[in-house]
Amino acid sequence: MLEIRDLSFAVTEDERKKEIIHDLNLTVENGKFTVITGPNGSGKSTLARLIMGIEKPLSGRILLDGEDITDLDITERAKRGISFAFQQPVRFKGIRVQDLLRLAAGKNLSISSACEYLSEVGLCARDYIDREINSSLSGGELKRIEIATLLARHTKLSLFDEPEAGIDLWSFQNLIRIFEKMRSEIQDSSILIISHQERILQIADEIVVLSDGQISRRGSPEEVLPMLIGQTAPVSACQRLQ
Amino acid sequence: MVKLDAIQKRLIEEIADLHSVPSGAYNFRANGELAGRSTTANIDIVSKTDKSGIDIHIKPGTKNESVHIPVVLSASGLKETVYNDFYIGEDSDVVIVAGCGIDNCGSQDSEHDGVHRFFVGRNAKVKYVEKHYGSGDGRGQRILNPVTEVYQEEGSSVEMEMEQIKGVDSTQRTTLAELKAGARLVVKERLMTHGSQNAVSTYQVNLNGAGATADVVSRSVARDDSTQTFNARITGNAPCSGHTECDSIIMDRGHILAIPSLEANDVDAMLVHEAAIGKIAGDQLIKLMTLGLTEQEAEEQIINGFLR
Repeated sequence: MLEIRDLSFAVTEDERKKEIIHDLNLTVENGKFTVITGPNGSGKSTLARLIMGIEKPLSGRILLDGEDITDLDITERAKRGISFAFQQPVRFKGIRVQDLLRLAAGKNLSISSACEYLSEVGLCARDYIDREINSSLSGGELKRIEIATLLARHTKLSLFDEPEAGIDLWSFQNLIRIFEKMRSEIQDSSILIISHQERILQIADEIVVLSDGQISRRGSPEEVLPMLIGQTAPVSACQRLQ
Repeated sequence: MVKLDAIQKRLIEEIADLHSVPSGAYNFRANGELAGRSTTANIDIVSKTDKSGIDIHIKPGTKNESVHIPVVLSASGLKETVYNDFYIGEDSDVVIVAGCGIDNCGSQDSEHDGVHRFFVGRNAKVKYVEKHYGSGDGRGQRILNPVTEVYQEEGSSVEMEMEQIKGVDSTQRTTLAELKAGARLVVKERLMTHGSQNAVSTYQVNLNGAGATADVVSRSVARDDSTQTFNARITGNAPCSGHTECDSIIMDRGHILAIPSLEANDVDAMLVHEAAIGKIAGDQLIKLMTLGLTEQEAEEQIINGFLR
């Protein structure tokens, strides 16, 4: 279970402090598939990066299964059971797909298990296992490999930052299928996805709407989706101007 | 019969991945002397009479055979220049593994300068692997200055893998290649320097015949206070295509100078060069740390992959 208590985060821009996350409180129960959505600039990606430890909060605490992990670095949080799929996956010259999957699994991964993870994300394992994770791979291919590394990790909490970004329509169907499968096997782990996609929002147990660094609404898709789809802008103009 | 002590055996393992005497032809040189030699029906090795070194004759049509010619230096203060000439017959297909390992525990410099010349016959295919390795904690420098000259006849193909990852204090590598029509040259250089090491690598590739192609790619990592210079020139004297690339990771207080250059003397010469120098990207470290690696482990994985 992930607990976020009174979390704040700010950046300094032109010598002025700009608050990105403001006194945010959120609990993600085990066995839950939670989707965080909201307008651009509302702090969604920052929140995910704060949970992973890539950014350090100004104040507030983050707890995983009751343990305070606020002061732990990325490596320690990863070892405690948090995994993170980047919005824009990183390329590595010379590191092959099987190397990354092996590092993700944290042990000597057999070729057949590596292939299983790749098949899960709709890649023909034989064609990809020896490929380098360099610029010869397309954005969509990288994205799927990124997701495969999370599958190989089997962690308590899986964070996905806009998994749909850069994925074509055909692959998107596959992506939904992957998340549906993950959801059915979730048991005592949890999944937190940042997404704008209606299809992903539809399969959530809970939708959390973030605006201006705070939670503006949360609830089941039945409760939240009509509100999101019904309005022309998720945040009123006045609210943005304040 | 090959007679090597424990240090020499370790060096051989490092430079040639050899754990025992190889099958096929070989010539082992240890501390300036012949330590073992074997020839086959198709590959002959003879010592030069006018200077130090060997001639390797590979008969035309020789297929799937290999030649190993490792050199090890384990005595401090040894300096040698060795001339090795390879005559590779037409239509043959062979693997040549060379390499030099120096272990210097003493206070005097040890130096091995190997001059390798390859005369590659028509349509012959050669894969050449060369590794350099240094060890020992003495104050004496470990110095390697290899010169490689490649003369390729029509339709021949040469792939060279040159690797120097550890322990060589100073190296000055010079490679010259002359290619006739339809010949192909691929060079993969891997270099890592640390401490106060200095490495200079110079290439001059001349594409002299129609359809000749060359691809010279160097990847290097400069750590600590080390210095590297990569100077590669491809000259197109005929309708040909050439590509050179120098890709480097700079760390600590390293210094890298990359000078890829092209010269075209024919309107149909297609030549491209690329060079990039940069530190390890923060995103790469973060990604591997999110998989549970420490920053140091992540750095090692990135460098290992880069120098693969």
